Amino acid sequence: MSAAALRQHATTGLILGPLLLFVYLPVAVLVLFSFHEGSVPVPPFEGPSLEWYREMLDDERITDATWNSAIVGLLSSALATLLATLAAWGLARHRVPGRRLLEGLLFMPLAVSYLVIGVGLLVAFSAVGIEKSLVAVGIGHVVLNLPLAFAVVYGQFDPEQARLEQAARDLGASEPQVFLRVTVPLLRPAILGAFLLSLTFSWDEFVVAFLLSAFDPTLPVVIWGMLRTGLNPQTNAAGTLVFLVSVVAGIVFELAVWRRGRRERLG
Amino acid sequence: MSASAELRLERVSKRYDGVTAVDDVSFAVPPGSYVVLLGPSGSGKTTVLSMLGGFTSPTEGRVFIGADDVTAMPPALRPTATVFQDYALFPHLSVAGNVGFGLSVRGMAKRAIAGRVDEALRLVGLDGFGPRAIGATSGGQRQRIALARALVTEPALLLLDEPLGALDLRLRRQMQDELRRIQRSQARTFVHVTHDQEEAMAIADLVVIMNRGRIEDMGPPDRVYERPRTRFSANFLGESTVLEGTVAKAADGRLAVDTPCGRLVVEGNRARGDSVAIALRPEAVRFGVAGPGEQALGVLRITGQVFQGSFLRVTGTGASGFTLLAKVAPHTVPASSDPAPIAVRDSGLILLED
Repeated sequence: MSAAALRQHATTGLILGPLLLFVYLPVAVLVLFSFHEGSVPVPPFEGPSLEWYREMLDDERITDATWNSAIVGLLSSALATLLATLAAWGLARHRVPGRRLLEGLLFMPLAVSYLVIGVGLLVAFSAVGIEKSLVAVGIGHVVLNLPLAFAVVYGQFDPEQARLEQAARDLGASEPQVFLRVTVPLLRPAILGAFLLSLTFSWDEFVVAFLLSAFDPTLPVVIWGMLRTGLNPQTNAAGTLVFLVSVVAGIVFELAVWRRGRRERLG
Repeated sequence: MSASAELRLERVSKRYDGVTAVDDVSFAVPPGSYVVLLGPSGSGKTTVLSMLGGFTSPTEGRVFIGADDVTAMPPALRPTATVFQDYALFPHLSVAGNVGFGLSVRGMAKRAIAGRVDEALRLVGLDGFGPRAIGATSGGQRQRIALARALVTEPALLLLDEPLGALDLRLRRQMQDELRRIQRSQARTFVHVTHDQEEAMAIADLVVIMNRGRIEDMGPPDRVYERPRTRFSANFLGESTVLEGTVAKAADGRLAVDTPCGRLVVEGNRARGDSVAIALRPEAVRFGVAGPGEQALGVLRITGQVFQGSFLRVTGTGASGFTLLAKVAPHTVPASSDPAPIAVRDSGLILLED
C-alpha cells in the first residue's frame, strides 16, 4: 500500500471511528448494562447476569406492553401497507384527476412533526368520540406510516413494470390477473419493505402512543414511565428488547431491498 | 382460434397532440405471410405494430384481423401476441413460467401447459431450459424465450418489435433464419418491425417501407429492392444514385431522358418535357464501354473507394459534375486516375414515381 493510500485510510478512520462511536456507544452501554448484576446501571460493570431479564419477564407492565406494541405494530403496519399499495397502484396505473395534488397530500405527513399529528388526532378523536385506547394508537400509527409505505411502494411502479404488465395483457391476462400475477409479485420486496419499515417505526414510536393511549400503553410508553422512577437495569433490558426487535426487522428489510436490487440488475 | 388470419388496415392514422405518427395507412396481408415493416426511426412502423397489438388506438381508420374488426378490442382479447423489443420477460417467473403464462391465464390445466411449454421450448431450441431463472439466461436465449412465450398462445398474428436489435450480428443472422423456419413451419402470419434493410430483405415475404408515417412502397423484397417506387425507397434500400432529368422523347412505354449523365432510356410512361427522377442501382454500374443491354454514363473520375469484401464501393464525379455511387468487383476498377468510361445495365435504371 502506498503512503498516500495509507494516509487516506488513516484519515477515513479518524473521521469514521469517532462518528460510529458517537452513534453506537450509547446503545452499546444500554445493552451492556442490561446484563449488569447490581441494582444501579453505572460503571464498573458487574456480571454478566440475566437477572434483570427475568425481572422484566415477571413484570406484567412490560409483558402486557410488549403484546400491545406487537399488536399495534403488526396491525397498523399491515393496514398502512395495504392502503399504501392500493393508493400507489391507483395513482400509477389509472388516470386520476388531480394526481399531483393527491401525491402531495400522501407524501406531506412525512414532513409534519409527530407531536402535531398526535395532538391533531387527540383533538379529532375526542370530537368524534373515540376514546384514548390501543385502537386509537393503532389508527395514529397508520396515519404516521401510510406516507412512508406509500413512498416505498410508489417508487417501484416504474416504466419497466408497466411494460411487464402490458406484456401480461398481451398474453391474455385480465386486469385482476395482471395485478395478482405480475404487479404484486414484482412489488413483493417493496411491499415487504414498506411493512417492515412501518413495523419498526410503530414499534418504538413514543409521542403519538403516549398521547393516544390510556390503560393499555405500548412498550415505549411503559419504558418512559419506568425512567421517571429512576435508572434501573430492568429498563436497560426492556430497551434492549425494543432495540433487538428493531434490528431484526431492519435486517429483514435490508435483505428484501438487497434481493430487489439483485433482481433488477439481472433483469 | 384460426392458425392464421388475413390482416387488413383501412385508412389508419394516429395523431398525438397535433403530431402525426401514422398518416392514412392502408394495407392487406394474405394469410401465412412474413411481413416486415421497414423504415427509419420515427417512420411510424412501431406505432402501426402497437395498433395491431391493441396498445395504441388509431385516431382514424380501422384494423381487421380475419373478418373481425379489432379496432376497439383490448390487447387481452386480440388473437395477437408480441415479442417485445426488450423481451419484457417476467423476472419473478422461471423460463417455463414465462412461456406458460399465456396458457395459465386462460385457465389451461397444469399438465397440459407443461406439455405445450416443452414443445414451444423445443421449437426455439431451448429444450430443457424450463426450470431456469430468467436471470440465468443470455440475451440470445431471452430472445428465444420471448418468442416461445408468444407462439405458445397460438396467435393468429405474431408481432415482433425490433426483435433482433439487441443481438450481435452473427446471432442476428442465425435468428433471422430461425424466425423464417418457424414462421414457415407454423404457417402463421408474422409482422416484424425493423430499421435494418438487410434483415427485411432476408426474411420478408412482403416488405412495407414506411417513412414519415406513410407507406412509401410495399411488395416482395426483390421487387421493392430492384424496382424502387420512390426516391426514399431507392435510397433507403441500397443507396441508389438519383438522377434528375427531362423527358426528351416518349414512345411505346419507353422514355429517352436527358440527365447529367447524358441521354438515358428507361421504361415508363410520361409526357415529353416532364421532369423525372431516375434511380441508378449501384450494382448495375461497371467500368468499361457500354455493350449490348447497357447504356453509357459518360466518364467518371473516382473520388473514393472503400473495400467491402466482395465488392468495392466507389464514389466518383462525372464530366458534368454529378456524383455517382457504384458497387463493383474489386479487380474491375481502372488502375489509372484518369476519368474512365462507365456503363449501366438497362435494368439498373428505374423511373421513380416522385
